[in-house]
Amino acid sequence: MSLHCRPVNVSHSSPTEQTFLHVAGITKRFGKFEALREIDLDVGRGELVVFLGPSGCGKTTLLRIIAGLETQDAGTIVQDGRDVSRLPAIKRDYGIVFQSYALFPNLTIHDNVAYGLVNRRQGRKLIESRVRELLMLVGLPDSGAKYPGQMSGGQQQRIALARALATSPGLLLLDEPLSALDAIERVRLRGEIRALQQRLAVTTVMVTHDQEEALSMADRIVVMNAGRIEQVGTPREIYSAPGTPFVADFVGKINMLTAIAESGGRCRVGSLSLAIAKSGLVPGTAIRLYLRPEEIGIHANGAAPAGALPARIAKVEFLGAFCLVGLELAGDDVPVLVANVPRQVVDGAGLASGLNVRISLPPEAMRVLG
Amino acid sequence: MPTSASTLPAVPMPARLTLRAHWQDRLAQGLLLASCVALALFLLAPLAMILIKSVQDKDGVFVGLQQFREYLATPALKESIWNTLWVSTSVTLIVVPLAFVYAYALTRSCMRGKGALRVIALTPILAPSLLSAISFIQWFGTQGLLKFMLGGASIYGPIGIIMSAVYATFPHALMIVLTALLLSDGRLYEVAESLRTPTWRKFFTITLPGAKYGLVSAAMVVFSYTVSDFGIPKVIGGNFNILAIDIFKQVIGQQNFNKGAVVGLILLLPVLLAFIVDWSMQGRLHAQFSARAVPYVPKRSPWFDTSMFAYCCIVSLLLLLVLGMAIYTSFIKLWPYDKSFSLRHYTYGLIDAGVISSFFNSLEMALYVALFGTIFIFGVAYLLEKTRGMPLAKSALRLLAAMPMAVPGMVLGLGYILFFNHPDNPLNGMYHTMTILVLATIVHYYTSSHLTAVTALKALDNEFEAVSASLKVPFYKTFFRVTVPVCLPAILDIGRYLFVNAMVTISAVVFLYSPTTQLAAVAILNMDEAGEVGAAAAMATLIVVSSTLVCVAYALLTRFLLTRTQQWRVAHAS
Repeated sequence: MSLHCRPVNVSHSSPTEQTFLHVAGITKRFGKFEALREIDLDVGRGELVVFLGPSGCGKTTLLRIIAGLETQDAGTIVQDGRDVSRLPAIKRDYGIVFQSYALFPNLTIHDNVAYGLVNRRQGRKLIESRVRELLMLVGLPDSGAKYPGQMSGGQQQRIALARALATSPGLLLLDEPLSALDAIERVRLRGEIRALQQRLAVTTVMVTHDQEEALSMADRIVVMNAGRIEQVGTPREIYSAPGTPFVADFVGKINMLTAIAESGGRCRVGSLSLAIAKSGLVPGTAIRLYLRPEEIGIHANGAAPAGALPARIAKVEFLGAFCLVGLELAGDDVPVLVANVPRQVVDGAGLASGLNVRISLPPEAMRVLG
Repeated sequence: MPTSASTLPAVPMPARLTLRAHWQDRLAQGLLLASCVALALFLLAPLAMILIKSVQDKDGVFVGLQQFREYLATPALKESIWNTLWVSTSVTLIVVPLAFVYAYALTRSCMRGKGALRVIALTPILAPSLLSAISFIQWFGTQGLLKFMLGGASIYGPIGIIMSAVYATFPHALMIVLTALLLSDGRLYEVAESLRTPTWRKFFTITLPGAKYGLVSAAMVVFSYTVSDFGIPKVIGGNFNILAIDIFKQVIGQQNFNKGAVVGLILLLPVLLAFIVDWSMQGRLHAQFSARAVPYVPKRSPWFDTSMFAYCCIVSLLLLLVLGMAIYTSFIKLWPYDKSFSLRHYTYGLIDAGVISSFFNSLEMALYVALFGTIFIFGVAYLLEKTRGMPLAKSALRLLAAMPMAVPGMVLGLGYILFFNHPDNPLNGMYHTMTILVLATIVHYYTSSHLTAVTALKALDNEFEAVSASLKVPFYKTFFRVTVPVCLPAILDIGRYLFVNAMVTISAVVFLYSPTTQLAAVAILNMDEAGEVGAAAAMATLIVVSSTLVCVAYALLTRFLLTRTQQWRVAHAS
């Protein structure tokens, strides 16, 4: 029903040349609980794909199956042209970073980073220079002699990243890598990880429940819910063209209006008739309209465009750079809308609760979902 | 808008997919299975033999419950069930309040000397249970200094058993209650304070409920200990019959293994019951404790601190008087006639009489138990907690690891004779060897050590193994490079626990030793029986000294490790 085409082919296609990781038909049950059902996904070479969803949606299980830490009940995983579906973790090719860092507490930072290198029987000099290179890469060149317990959470996570990258794996897996950090460190580190990932062009899969993190870091986002993929798309597509009501609700704030389709590209919300950009709906069908708060235009001083609706400001919630403005539309049986307005606009137009205004709801910004 | 995946009809599930096993997984799984087999062989099979023997007559013919009927029809034997229960209950009712007040003083007061008072209270653990019995005989026996205090009653009998058992079980109860009180959350008291709760109400609404499971657990441990202990009633029990003595009489005295098996099963019941109660409490004790709890910091209160200090001093003094009397007895010529200092009990009584060899046997056994026991127990706990797959074998192994706590030592020992002395058993060459003593002792003390290992392993990050696999490092390398070093304090603790207990154990080994593998605690029993009280006390003193040395060495080693090889831990704390 969506107007927007899916950017990724999610059918059982054979992997293309650009595909690095091909996941097909992955199903996993824990007893009666269906953790994953028929998951199909392709990840391109050098791409950063984020699995986003609420807790229990199966995103971490999918990551652990890709890593060979859990076993799928059915389905195949092809990495770089090699079928790894049944390989134990130790035979696969990836580096992994966990929320808990999982640094070995009794080994120095140097030994932690060198942990996987020592096992490959590389020369000592080679190991030394590789460790130095990696510590430089994550911005902690002088910390080799320290123990993990002496470092902050953000520093420990950088070390965990260095350790995961040390053996130059083809695939980097990040399991909620920023969730244990405080807000400021989280924002700083997500920029660093993204920059590093692009510089090394390492194919990366990250799991998170934080939509802001997903939007800011991903090449593509895979929104998951209840063991299924809801939508796959670039951050922009996910945000501005949510494919399902779940995605619309889960990613960003959104207004939802229940409506009845009418003929001529219009629909009825309570006693109001609104223009929508979607045509061809059977009149009388129940539909839902989704509209982002920042798409609502507020006109305080008479000069409103044609079709603007009268409304009253119910409240103004100050959030710093932005304000959330609650709007009561004039009419019977109509919902309260929330608009997101820059502070300067609120101040300039003198928006305050009780003020009567006119608002415009741009038809092209209204998503119609079933 | 549904995805194409979810619109697909539900396809019939293909056969469950499994990962191709790596040889390292096979290695871990093989070790896991081998451990299962080992515990089945050295724990389950002997116990099964007791069950079989209890429903057979002497010629191995199945007689159903005939043996039980005969046993219960003997008034003297029936009486020993009742005796065992009331004596054990009395000991429990005396020890738990004593230990609770002591633990309360250590955690909730600001009295001085807490460190010393704690160490003194734990000293009975270092001594064989027989030591207290010998000491009480010296104090209250026919020639005793304090005989008049009993007012004509005899120390030989229930009074002596209860007093000696109180001494021997006090530290066990104290440690459990102490842990329960230490786990309490200081914030609860702060909230209560802010709500102006009176002290007595804080005690009944916060302290007591918080320590509830600990108290029940302590009671169960004390009860089981007293029910199962054989050394104390043997020395000080006189003609007072209890179950543990009955088994001994049936097996050693009358060579009636079938009757012994019957008594063993009866003895197993109360201990099993106590174990089940304790086990169900353990889970709740830990569930109650939140990781973010803030430790309680006591405030000064002169009257309360002084009275608590006085109480602890009196208890400590009494404990020291018991230990002191045994040591004193070993250094004088003959109590109470010739109290001049003498080493004759050591030189003549132990060395010249050749009994000293049993002390070296004990040392040898304790070292083997500590060494092999620690390796096996920690290894099994690691395989259980940190390797993947084999859920069935793991459940079986968890159950097997918990079982020894529910089995009295005498029952285990009896099972060992029945199983390993059986002519058809290919392993019967082990009977009467040092090996079987070591195995029986490891199994007997398995559960506590296993729990220590599991707790230490659970504290480690669960993803170490996953990270190692991603770095293609074999699991055993990570085991030796990370798991063992990080768990070293717990591993040493297990070793010390096994050593100290192996030095004093008697009930599990009393059926299993041979003249060449006689152990120190058994020698004490035999010397006491022969009237060589001085020499028996000298042997007990040697055990206390060697266990003390091991504990001191453990304390020094732990401190050394914390400051040297475990720099990271110190770094973490700073």
